[in-house]
Amino acid sequence: MNAAIRVDRLSKRYRLGGNGAAYRTLRESLSEGVGGLWRRWRASAIDSHFWALRDVDFTVAPGEVVGVIGRNGAGKSTLLKVLSRITEPTEGRVELRGRLGSLLEIGTGFHPELTGRENVYLSGAILGMTRRDIARRFDDIVAFAGVEAFLDTPVKRYSSGMYVRLAFSVAAHLEPDILLVDEVLAVGDATYQRRCVERMADLARSGRTILFVSHNMDLIPRLCTTGILLEKGRVARVGPAAEVVEKYLTAQLSDGSQEELSVRHRTGDGRARFTRLQFLDGDGQAHAAHVSGEDLCLRVEIDASTAVPDAALAVVIKTLGGARLVSSWTRESGYAVELRPGKQVFDCCFRAIPLRPGQRFAVALWLEAGGVVDSVEDARTLEVIDGPSTREVSTDPQQGAVLCDYQWGQPRAFAEV
Amino acid sequence: MNAAVRIDAYIPVDSSVAADLPVTILERRCGWRVIDLAELWKYRELLGFLAWRDVQVRYKQTVLGAAWAVLQPVATMVVFSVMLGRVAGAADAAIPYPVFVFAGLLPWMFFSGALNAASQSVIGNQNLVTKVYFPRLIIPTAAVAAGVVDFLIASAVLLLLMLVYGVWPGAGLFAAPLIAAGLGIAALGIGTLLCALTVAYRDVRHAIPFFVQLWMFATPAIYLQADAVGPTGRALLLLNPANGFIVNFRAAMLGGAFDLPALAAAVGIGAAMLVVGCLYFRRVEQSFADVI
Repeated sequence: MNAAIRVDRLSKRYRLGGNGAAYRTLRESLSEGVGGLWRRWRASAIDSHFWALRDVDFTVAPGEVVGVIGRNGAGKSTLLKVLSRITEPTEGRVELRGRLGSLLEIGTGFHPELTGRENVYLSGAILGMTRRDIARRFDDIVAFAGVEAFLDTPVKRYSSGMYVRLAFSVAAHLEPDILLVDEVLAVGDATYQRRCVERMADLARSGRTILFVSHNMDLIPRLCTTGILLEKGRVARVGPAAEVVEKYLTAQLSDGSQEELSVRHRTGDGRARFTRLQFLDGDGQAHAAHVSGEDLCLRVEIDASTAVPDAALAVVIKTLGGARLVSSWTRESGYAVELRPGKQVFDCCFRAIPLRPGQRFAVALWLEAGGVVDSVEDARTLEVIDGPSTREVSTDPQQGAVLCDYQWGQPRAFAEV
Repeated sequence: MNAAVRIDAYIPVDSSVAADLPVTILERRCGWRVIDLAELWKYRELLGFLAWRDVQVRYKQTVLGAAWAVLQPVATMVVFSVMLGRVAGAADAAIPYPVFVFAGLLPWMFFSGALNAASQSVIGNQNLVTKVYFPRLIIPTAAVAAGVVDFLIASAVLLLLMLVYGVWPGAGLFAAPLIAAGLGIAALGIGTLLCALTVAYRDVRHAIPFFVQLWMFATPAIYLQADAVGPTGRALLLLNPANGFIVNFRAAMLGGAFDLPALAAAVGIGAAMLVVGCLYFRRVEQSFADVI
């Protein structure tokens, strides 16, 4: 059987550092041209390179729905960019069978000054539909988005919800043989997300091949048949989606047991960095796990390379799937954060956090001062255990992550019958 | 997210159907490549849409709207006529200087506008370049095509002006669209080259307005009678395709004599620029998404 996508020893290299990562100035290029010979002769490679993808091999059968997972920077987006022909591979080869459609961003090609109607045609053409295709599906597209009344209004006057719905609707009516989708489900409200997922499921059922990048670990096993785990640009695992997701989450957990954060993947301008995260109980004792229903303090150590005035700190406790459960933010509570150069420690204490014992959670850290200074998405994994103060509870992960006290009963009128 | 969707079984697709599908191979291609005309033709509708978008958007939320397409050449014409009319216009010339200079400014503004638009086009469409594939040559081509609308509007003004001054076009009028097309093609060639350079070297972006201004002075056909330039200058002017096209465009519109050597040189250089520009653009286009 012919594969829909065959990826063969695919590698993609980027230049790193200095001006090389961005564009070069003419002066540099000219001086390089002159100095280049000399340097090549001396055989000292000054450029440093970074392999975003390295020897990636996999095949996807027609009709397969593949979830691509991995940490930030593992090469997921680069893979989609190469497959969607936005950038060329450095080495290796890809064979695509059929018409390709890619959806790397909602609203690609939308122009704010144009009306809804005009944008449907424009963005449809950009995504690869012919004028006839668009005209034929126009009514469906508009009905799916539910913006009939605003067709002749410039989209800059749309609410963000309407904008996203219309943009997705155009993309959803693309009918390629292979569809590449990047994290576009991360935007919009729950209803919108559900429709995106339903639409993708429809496409999959009609035999289209879908390659889907997401951080949403709840969604991948539901939507995908196969999972591909990327690690540092290489394929770490291929298999049934649920199994690959499970392995990925477990690997993250074993990673998350350390307090040191120096090796974590992060974003931000780097004026200061989170270096350590400790879990303390209400008495200030460090623990590896949190006792359900007890107080929990998060002690973060920050190493600042320069003074950072008027900063704000946030911590978020999330499910491993990424849903945010509990958060705190210094701007919300009115606590002023001024960083001085060097190491410093802050505590954030939560009262009685009722998380379900037996489950694991991720902690995200975030530091901002005019822009993101440092953001660590999966700083540590928080394990929750049963304590003396909680009663017998189920630790089944199918049960809700937040544990409230509850009581079952019947209203008196019914109880007496 | 709790979307209640589950794909329990995937339905295998008949492989004989899959076998008919076109296969695309993605590989690193080194060095120079040919211009894929078949692919460009396949994307012609997109070219139309992008040009149409540029036209639509250009005068949105302006009070004067498309009048800007008229105002700019007319205002320039007035300034030239008042300041240069006595010096530049030969006293015995059959054509009044305002009509003369307008017939020169019109193609020049088309040319310089197209050059500017094309050279900024890929940077201006970053969001497309980094998100979706289509032949990148479509982008500068659409930018040039969008300039045609302004050119047509201003051409109507020229005809009006000719009517007012009583200048009658000859049979050469029918050659004017062809000459204008040649000018557009030369602008596309140079514009694509500058566009590709701008993506890699942002210096070029700053150089372009200055470069275009210098070019205007180096194109005396816009505002001077042909005999106002010395023999050395005239020989050098053969290298300037804009000059050759503009001289002949005016001749076609206002019924003068064609300068065939200048036209031939302009066509030759314009075509060469198109080939060079497109080839260089094709050579570097695969790095656009990484470099931009």
